Amino acid sequence: MRHSHPRQRLWRLSIVLSVLLLAGCARHRQSTLHASGAGAQRIEGLWWLLFWISMAVFAEVMLILGWALWRRRRATATIKGGDAIGAITVLGVAVPFVILVAAYGLGLRDLNALAAPREKPDVTVEVIGHQWWWEIHYPDRAGAVTANEMHIPVGQPVKVRLRTADVQHSFWVPQLMPKTDLIAGKVNETWLQTDRAGTYRAQCAEYCGKQHAFMALMVVAEPRPAFDAWVAATAQPATGTLTTAQQRGRQIFEQSSCASCHTIRGTSAVGEVGPDLTTIGSRWSIGAGAAPNDAGHLGGWIVNSQTIKPGNAMPPQPVAAQDLPDLLSYLQSLK
Amino acid sequence: MSVETEEQARPASRSEAVAALEKDWGERPSLRSWFSTVDHKRIGRRYMVTAGIFFILAGTDAMILRTQLARPNATVLSPEAYDQLFTMHGTAMIFLFSTPMFFGFGNFLVPLMIGARDMAFPRLNAFGYWVFAFAGTVMFSSQLVGRAPDGGWFGYVPLTDTPYSSGINLDVYSLGLLFLGVSTTAGAINFIVTVVKMRAPGMSLNRVPLFVWAIVGTSFMVIFALPALNVANAMLFLDRRFGAHFFDPAHGGNTLLWQHLFWIFGHPDVYIIVMPALGIVSAVLPAFCRRGVVAYPLMVLAIVTISIISFGVWVHHMFATGLPQLSYSFFSAASTLITIPSGIQIFAWLFTMLRGRIVVRTPFLFVVGFIVTFVLGGFTGVMFAITAFDQQVTDSYFVVAHFHYVLFGGAVFPMIAGIYYWLPKFTGKMYAEKLSRWAFWLVFIGFNTTFMPMHVSGLLGMPRRIYTYPGDLGWDLWNLISTIGAYVLAVGLLLVLIGVLQAIRRGRLAPDDPWGGDTLEWATTSPPRPYNFVTVPTVHSVHPMWDERTTAALATDPPLPDHQAMATSELDGREEGAIEMPEASLLPLVSALGILVVVLGLLWGWYWFAGAGALLIFGTVARWMWPPERTPEEAGVAS
Repeated sequence: MRHSHPRQRLWRLSIVLSVLLLAGCARHRQSTLHASGAGAQRIEGLWWLLFWISMAVFAEVMLILGWALWRRRRATATIKGGDAIGAITVLGVAVPFVILVAAYGLGLRDLNALAAPREKPDVTVEVIGHQWWWEIHYPDRAGAVTANEMHIPVGQPVKVRLRTADVQHSFWVPQLMPKTDLIAGKVNETWLQTDRAGTYRAQCAEYCGKQHAFMALMVVAEPRPAFDAWVAATAQPATGTLTTAQQRGRQIFEQSSCASCHTIRGTSAVGEVGPDLTTIGSRWSIGAGAAPNDAGHLGGWIVNSQTIKPGNAMPPQPVAAQDLPDLLSYLQSLK
Repeated sequence: MSVETEEQARPASRSEAVAALEKDWGERPSLRSWFSTVDHKRIGRRYMVTAGIFFILAGTDAMILRTQLARPNATVLSPEAYDQLFTMHGTAMIFLFSTPMFFGFGNFLVPLMIGARDMAFPRLNAFGYWVFAFAGTVMFSSQLVGRAPDGGWFGYVPLTDTPYSSGINLDVYSLGLLFLGVSTTAGAINFIVTVVKMRAPGMSLNRVPLFVWAIVGTSFMVIFALPALNVANAMLFLDRRFGAHFFDPAHGGNTLLWQHLFWIFGHPDVYIIVMPALGIVSAVLPAFCRRGVVAYPLMVLAIVTISIISFGVWVHHMFATGLPQLSYSFFSAASTLITIPSGIQIFAWLFTMLRGRIVVRTPFLFVVGFIVTFVLGGFTGVMFAITAFDQQVTDSYFVVAHFHYVLFGGAVFPMIAGIYYWLPKFTGKMYAEKLSRWAFWLVFIGFNTTFMPMHVSGLLGMPRRIYTYPGDLGWDLWNLISTIGAYVLAVGLLLVLIGVLQAIRRGRLAPDDPWGGDTLEWATTSPPRPYNFVTVPTVHSVHPMWDERTTAALATDPPLPDHQAMATSELDGREEGAIEMPEASLLPLVSALGILVVVLGLLWGWYWFAGAGALLIFGTVARWMWPPERTPEEAGVAS
C-alpha cells in the first residue's frame, strides 16, 4: 500500500510533534510522551486522541469566529430576531454530547485497563514516602531495603504498595504509570510494567513541603535474572572485606551520630530515622535527586546537607576533617 | 389615600424632584461619610480597587516565582520563600482577587441593571466590604513578616496540620479564609435578595439581564459551597491550636475528609469565579454586535445547570487518591457533562457575533481573546474529567496551564473587557482606545506565551510546586519561554492599569450611554447619581434601553420621591410598594472591626482579646438591629 491510512498519518504527525516537544536533549527522562510502561503508553495514546479531537473542535470554533469577524458589516440600528436556538442546540449540545460520550467511553476503557495488570504480579514492592525521600522494601525478600531507587523486572507486572510515614505524597513514574497518592492512614496500590530495560526517573507529585522539588526516585527496569541478583545483593548485610581506611570509616560511622539515624545492616548502626545506607555506594544520587552520588558531594552532604537540600532532616555533622576521607571511602564501598 | 392627595404630595416639577432626591441621597464628602457610606456604587468601586491592589500583590508574587523558575537550579528564592509565594499567589488570586473583584462589578452594576436604587441591605453591603478589606490585609500582612501560609492554596493535611507545620502561617490561612467567608456570604445573600425583590416593575424573570442571572447563580453557589470550606478551616484551626484530631488518622481522624470538604467548596468555586465573567461577556457583546445575545432561554438554562452540576464534580480533584473506581466513573461523567452548558454559551456568543453587526472596540477584543483562551482551557478541562488521563497529568504543569487558561482566560479577560466597557459608568471618563489596544495584544500574546508552554513542561513530567528543577530533564527551554511570556503579560496588564488611571485623571468626559448599551445602567448619568434613577424604570423586554416604551417612560413617569426604593414581586416583577432605605452608618465598619479583633485574638492566642471583640460585635449588632422608634401610626398599630 502506497498511501498510508489517515490514522497512521495522524499518528506519525503526533510522533513528529512529540519529537519537537523534546527540544533540548534530556539526559534523564520523565516524560509522559516517551512512555515505556503499559499504563503510560495507554495514556500517551489517549492524549494524542484527545489532542486531535480538541484541535478539530478548536478549528471549528475558530472558523465560526473568523467568519463572524471577516464578514462584519457596518453598524447601524440594533438587530432583532434570529435566535439560532436550533443551531446552538446542534453545535453546542448534540455534537459535543456525542464527542463527550465517546471520550468518556474511551476514558472508562483506559481507567479499567489501569486498574490492574493483565497477569497477576509476582513481585511486590513496598514504597513508603518520607519528607523528602522514598523508602523501598521488597517484602518477599527479608532485608531487601533501599532508598530512592527501585528495581523492577522487565516484562512482568510489579505490584507497588504505597503508604506514607508523614504527609501526603504522590507516586508518579511518568514513563511507566500515572499517579497514585500516598495517603496517611491508608495503603494504596498501583502497578508497573514495562518491556523496555532502562532507567525511568520519577518524582513526588503532591506538594509535601520545603523539599518537594527534591524527592526523586529512579526506577531501574532490568531483565529478570539481573533483577533477582540485585534484590539478593540488596538483601545482603554489608559484610564485604574492607581496607584499613574503610574499617576506620565504619568505626567512625558506628560511633558517631550517623548510627543513631541510619541503618547499615550487618553493623551496629540501626537508626531508623533516615534512609537505610546498606547499599549507598551504588545509588544513583544522594538526597533523593539533590546531588550526584560522588565523593565530593557525599562529603559535602555529610558535613552540611542543609546547603545542598535546605530543610531536610539531617543536621550538619561535626566530622573531623581527617576522618572524612575514611568515612567516604567506607560509604562508597557499600554496594 | 386618594389619587389627588398623592399628586399633591409630589413636588411640582421634575427639577424640584431631582433637587429633593439630591438632598435625600447625597453624601457630603467628609471623613465620616467615607467610612459610613452605604452607597452600592462607592462600595462596588472600593471592592474593585481593593481587589485590584491584591491582584497587583499576588501578581508580583507570580513574577518572582517565574523569575526563580526561568533557569534550572536557580537561587532567587529559598524553598521557604517559594512556598509562601506560590501559596499566597494562589490563595490571593482565588479568594482576595477574583471573587471580590466580581462582587465589586456586581455591587456596582446589579442595582443599576435591574433599575434599583441600591442593594437590598446597603449596610450589610458596607459591612461585607470592610470585612473583605480587613481579611485581605491580615493575610497579606503575614507575607510582610515572612509568616505567610505555605501549604498551597488547597492546604492539604497532614502537611498543614501539626506537627508538620508549626508557626502561625497556616493559622493565618484558616482564620483569614473564615474571616473572608463572612464577607462573601453576606454579599451573596444581598445579591439574591436584591435581585429577587428589587427589580424594576415589569422585569419578570425572563427579562433579567444575563449578567444579573450569572451573579445570582454565583451567589447561590457561594451559599451552598462556602459552608464546606468554613467547616474545614474551623476543623483545621481546632486541630492545630487545640489538638482536636479531625484530620489525624492516628486518632481516628481522616486526611481525605479535608480533601472532600475542600473540593466540595473548591470545584463550585471555579464556577463562582468564572460565572460572573461569563455574565460580563453576555453583557458586553450586545453593545458591540448591535443585537442581544441569542438564545436567551438556553443561556439562562446553562447558568442554572452549571450552578447545580458544579456540586457533583469535586472528586475529579481526587482522582489519584485511590478511591473506588465506581465513584470515579460517576464523577468523571458529571465532570464531562458540565462542559455542555459552557459549550452552549460559547456557541451562543459566536452566533451573536455571526448574526450581529460587529463594532470592534477594546472590550470586544478582550471578549474575542476570552473565547479563544477559554475554549482551549475547556478542552484540557474535558481531559481532566477523564480519570485515566487526569491521573497522568494532575499535579503537573499541565494542570497549571489548564487552570490558568480557565481562570485567567475565562475570568480575567472578561474582567478587563468589563473594566473598559463600564469605565464610563464607574468613573464618568472614557479610556484611550489606542493604548488599550496595545494592552490587549500584549496581554493576549503574553498570556499565551506564559501558559501554552506549561502544557508541554507538564507533559514532559514537571510537577507543580517545585521551587527548582535539574537542568537535564528537558524543561529548561519551556520554563524560560514561560518566564519571558510572564514579563510581557505583566507589561500588558500595566498598560491596562495606566489606561484606567489616565482615563480617571484626564480622560474625555463620558456621555451617559457611549456604547448604545441595552441594559438599564445606561439610563443613568455617568457616573450615576447616588439615587441612580430619578424615575423607577418600567421594563417591557430583555433589552430595556433598546425599547422605546422604557426610554420614553423614563423621561415622563413621575419620580419616586424620598429615600425610597421600589419592591416588586419575585417572579413577575410586579410593583409591591416603596420601601424606606437605610441611611449611612458607622455600624458596619465597627462590627467588621469587631470581627477583626476576634480574628487577631485567635491568631495570636490572646483569647481575652478575642472575647472583647465578640462583645464589640454583639453590642454593635444589637445597636444595628434595634428597631427604630416609630409612631403608632407608622408601626401600624394605631386604630
